[in-house]
Amino acid sequence: MITVNENLCKGCNLCTEFCPQKVYKESKKLDKKGIHVPAPVDEEKCKKCGLCALMCPDQAIKVEEDEDEE
Amino acid sequence: MVKGESPFMKYLRRDRLPTIFCAGCGNGIVMNTFFNGMEMAEVDFDNLILVSGIGCSSRIPGYVACDSLHTTHGRPISFATGIKLANPEHDVAVFSGDGDAAAIGGNHLIHGARRNIDITVICINNSIYGMTGGQISPTSPKGSYGTTAPYGALERPFSLADLVTAAGGTYVARWTTAHPVQLSKAIKYGLQNKGFSFIEVISQCPTYYGRKNKLRSPIDMLNWMKESSINKRRADKMEEEELQGKIIVGEFQKKPEPEFAEKLCKLLEEQCVTGKPTAIRSAYQED
Ligand SMILES: Cc1ncc(C[n+]2csc(CCOP(=O)(O)OP(=O)(O)O)c2C)c(N)n1
Ligand code: SF4
Ligand code: SF4
Ligand code: SF4
Ligand SMILES: [Mg+2]
Repeated sequence: MITVNENLCKGCNLCTEFCPQKVYKESKKLDKKGIHVPAPVDEEKCKKCGLCALMCPDQAIKVEEDEDEE
Repeated sequence: MVKGESPFMKYLRRDRLPTIFCAGCGNGIVMNTFFNGMEMAEVDFDNLILVSGIGCSSRIPGYVACDSLHTTHGRPISFATGIKLANPEHDVAVFSGDGDAAAIGGNHLIHGARRNIDITVICINNSIYGMTGGQISPTSPKGSYGTTAPYGALERPFSLADLVTAAGGTYVARWTTAHPVQLSKAIKYGLQNKGFSFIEVISQCPTYYGRKNKLRSPIDMLNWMKESSINKRRADKMEEEELQGKIIVGEFQKKPEPEFAEKLCKLLEEQCVTGKPTAIRSAYQED
């Protein structure tokens, strides 16, 4: 499960660009703070490598193992 | 850990978030890699003291939920030296910018390295003075633009990793924010090294460096770092012209040597009645 915290995300899109699996998609719409918060639209492609969480400059991302895989 | 929360949130003062850093600034990536390296080195978070000078990068310790000191511009290594000598049992790390560490604080940097005092300096080198609006720093590449160099910088930049190696640092590495895994490992080794460790992080300031140097977005800046990086082992075999515009990454020094605080403690043991640095809970000691 991937969570993007809307209160912390600044919309830099480093996650969108650097996820090796291209899981995230740039958002077209603005949130209430005027930020394009990306969404993990292709989550099933995620390999849980954790790179996005390590790179997100605003600590907005959490990648969890899926419960059924545990 | 709260569900859906970053694994690094437990180290942060969440009431101060989001940070003041611009969107996509490298400072936040360096924070993550520091926590990652700290976990790998098994440093006790409660025993850690972070010290910084002045600059955007120097704001980092203020967001971290451990003891910290936000000091004057260029002086964090001096304050860190004081902390370490008052109680050598603490793990002490410094966050400093290229301006902070290499311009106003250049002397403290070389003498900290020369002494080989056991502190870990993380130098966030964004090649510019970010906080004050984009002036040229001692690491701005020749020809790069800044508010103080509208026609491009004329001087040659310092290679900080080489400078600190020459000055006597005992663990020295350079990585970029586009290499967060390697950078975390270097921070781990830096924290483990008993001596002066220097981790230079080539980082992005999209707001000032990027905007003035045709690298408008943080994505452009990270792609530039990725494409220009070349490992030191390979670079050592290449000619100077081939290395024009390249960022040499990897380990520059890994050579244990006697450490300063230990030498001082030994001297105290031999020459002084208490046998210990005076700030170690001396008020509670009977003698
Ligand atoms: C004694 C002193 N001189 C000058 C300044 C102004 N000043 C504040 S931050 C800074 C440079 C910061 O650059 P750097 O260390 O590279 O940090 P960055 O903001 O790029 O992370 C300067 C010159 C100051 N605060 N104190
Ligand atoms: S990297 Fe973090 S801050 Fe940047 S867009 Fe992605 S979630 Fe938001
Ligand atoms: S964990 Fe790895 S694969 Fe999954 S979204 Fe993050 S970067 Fe992409
Ligand atoms: S001015 Fe530059 S260094 Fe400072 S927070 Fe913004 S992007 Fe980061
Ligand atoms: Mg700087």
